[in-house]
Amino acid sequence: MNQVTNAIGRDLPVSIEGYGQVRPFVGAFATAPDMLRQAPKVKRILPGEQKLVNDIETVFKKIPVTDGMTLSFHHHLRNGDGVVNMVLAVAAKLGVKNLTVALSSVFPVHAPIVEHVKNGVVTGLDTNYMSGSVAQAVSQGVFPRPVVLRTHGGRARAIECGQLKIDVAFIAAPAADDYGNLNGVEGPAACGSLGYAIPDAQYADHVVAVTDHLVPYPLSPISIPQTRVDYVVKVDCIGDPKGIVSGTTKITRDPVGLKIAETTAKVIKAAGMIKDEFSFQTGAGGASLAAAYYVRQMMEEAGVTGSFALGGITGYMVEMLEAGLFRKLIDVQGFDLDAVRSLAGNSNHLEVGADYYASPFNLGAAVNKLDVVVLGATEIDTGFNVNVVTGSDGVVMGGSGGHSDAAAGAKMTIVVANLLRGRLPIIKDKVLTATTPGETVDVLVTERGIAVNPLRADLYEKFKAAGLPVKSVEELKELAEKIAGEPENISSGEKIVAVVEYRDGTVIDVVRQAK
Amino acid sequence: MDLRRTMLFMPGNNPGMLQNGGVFGADAIILDLEDAVAPKEKDAARLLVAQSLKTVDYGTSEKIVRINPLDTFARKDIEDIVPCKPDALLVPKVESPEDIQEVARLVAAAEKSGQAPVKLIALLETPCGIAEAYRIAKADKRVVALAFGAEDYTASLGAKRTKEGTEIFSARTIVVNSAAAAGIQSIDTPFTDVNDREGLIADTQLAKQLGFKGKLSINPRQIDEIHNVFNPTEQDINWAGRVIKAIRKAEAEGSGVASLDGKMVDAPIVARAERILFLARLLGLAEEVVL
Repeated sequence: MNQVTNAIGRDLPVSIEGYGQVRPFVGAFATAPDMLRQAPKVKRILPGEQKLVNDIETVFKKIPVTDGMTLSFHHHLRNGDGVVNMVLAVAAKLGVKNLTVALSSVFPVHAPIVEHVKNGVVTGLDTNYMSGSVAQAVSQGVFPRPVVLRTHGGRARAIECGQLKIDVAFIAAPAADDYGNLNGVEGPAACGSLGYAIPDAQYADHVVAVTDHLVPYPLSPISIPQTRVDYVVKVDCIGDPKGIVSGTTKITRDPVGLKIAETTAKVIKAAGMIKDEFSFQTGAGGASLAAAYYVRQMMEEAGVTGSFALGGITGYMVEMLEAGLFRKLIDVQGFDLDAVRSLAGNSNHLEVGADYYASPFNLGAAVNKLDVVVLGATEIDTGFNVNVVTGSDGVVMGGSGGHSDAAAGAKMTIVVANLLRGRLPIIKDKVLTATTPGETVDVLVTERGIAVNPLRADLYEKFKAAGLPVKSVEELKELAEKIAGEPENISSGEKIVAVVEYRDGTVIDVVRQAK
Repeated sequence: MDLRRTMLFMPGNNPGMLQNGGVFGADAIILDLEDAVAPKEKDAARLLVAQSLKTVDYGTSEKIVRINPLDTFARKDIEDIVPCKPDALLVPKVESPEDIQEVARLVAAAEKSGQAPVKLIALLETPCGIAEAYRIAKADKRVVALAFGAEDYTASLGAKRTKEGTEIFSARTIVVNSAAAAGIQSIDTPFTDVNDREGLIADTQLAKQLGFKGKLSINPRQIDEIHNVFNPTEQDINWAGRVIKAIRKAEAEGSGVASLDGKMVDAPIVARAERILFLARLLGLAEEVVL
């Protein structure tokens, strides 16, 4: 097989069956756009014509949805989503085959996809993150074509640039009017921002809103406008609110997690970044929230007002906005009902699309304006490359989401991880699956010390001066191996089950079938 | 002089915590075989703690094991733990000098030849223990500190435990005074509400004010706050530097009496200044104090 080695030393085939030609990753900012924007068909609606349709089956027939199409979905309803399963059940019923599902993130609730793959209804998956039985099925090689794993910004880019061409976007809409104005802040399945659906709505050939909360025309606020929506379908229920709220509003109680979070805040302070106009992004887990908690303490002590917090928004970030610690929140995805309430009522809480948030091929993604992002890792290597795709057993258990995007954009990217997870050292010579390239990662914070990317000698000096426990990444690796031993490498099969695209569309790695 | 600003309890039956005990920066960690471990798990915990002492790197933290009381599992604990070279044992519910002497005998019997002597810290947590504090402090040369456990103590008294701690005021001062009289350290009771940061700071400030040299801790989150209180402030360090300068100057001039800011500098003041400077150097708060 013809091989090519990409810029972080990954051997890749020049062409992958079911995916096509491989453009190897050449560097975080080395690939420039060389295409025109995708242009969806121009359409019109005449006065008096209706968009409201009684059921999804009717929509399938009107469009019509045919074999081989790409159907897109957003993941704002997370593990409470009912729309993906509803739509695919109709496809199965009508005997449609060979569909590609472009779902921004896949959750355990989406398990029925596996059955649709086995029946040939679905043959392709294009996503940014996956968990649950679909992820396991991907690893087992159940999908006939390799799954494409993108970043949140990369998905927006692929849609804008025509590489992810969407035939029909089915948009779960917590609130809609009968002419196709949509938002996520009202209704029983309110989820907040509809950011990940915005590129789909702009570029798909057909846009179908699926709602269980139809309000009189005109709906406001408008997240997705009537000008891009073909049909509105009213169903009984689009999702289970219990599964929609995710993340956590409580900081972790794990003392090691807290220690890492506290050190992270000290790192940010030592870098001189706790000052007015500070901008910040962190995740929604208990440990990430703990980092926000300590950063907040430092901001309060220093009397600092930050400019904005970005990304997935939790109630904790809303609290910081309301307490005057940030001037704005830029929200591509809300994690809880406080985020929904704030987005609905606070004009300083801004809803943006995935393109605005993180696409590398436009004239301004919000990640570019970030001072600091705090990110997790399942593995990191001595070249600071991060794996957030596969677990210690080689099975797919996640995906970049916004990881690579925020890492590329922020002035300082901090990866936090327990040096030992269970009994496994987190630092490897080479991560199993590279997701985020080391050149975009500046600092690794563990409970037993921090390591600075050699590219950032400036930070190294500052941290040393501040008395932080700076070690080389190799020293940290040795420390972990002294305690837990050196784990054997995972051996995987030959078959490529997923192609990991960097945000610019080049291939940073592939995932092979788990043994 | 050993630094024991913080002594952090780690449950002896929790491998994850035992493995990570060294990462929190506590001056001492206490691998606990007593209250944290249910009676039927004592043997498993003993094994785990013994292995931890032999294999885990606790960095600069002093390694202390809280054994069970003499009337339960202390003998077996000492027999198995002492050869694994802990720096010290924390002996719970000590009520008399004889308790300490008995433990010291058992420890001596369990020590391997050539092993550094295992120190003892007496945990006073009953009215009898408080009443005998000075004699306990003097009971054996292995005893390096008295620690105070207020929860059991107030339960014995039948007094309500409050955050202000009025009910333990006498006991605290007795512990501090007894330890000082015996020339050893005194360690204060833990502050048990881990979510009350302000309360922890106030309680630690009180302990420092009373003369305690450190505080037991039940949660890693408390370490930094306690250190901050016990660490000498910049003001302290400057004052101490001026005291030493004044006394040196007086000595150079052949005068036996020094004064600073109109006050006489006598031996206790010099001793306090020296301790502050010692701590400051040890903690890297003052590289080399200019004298």
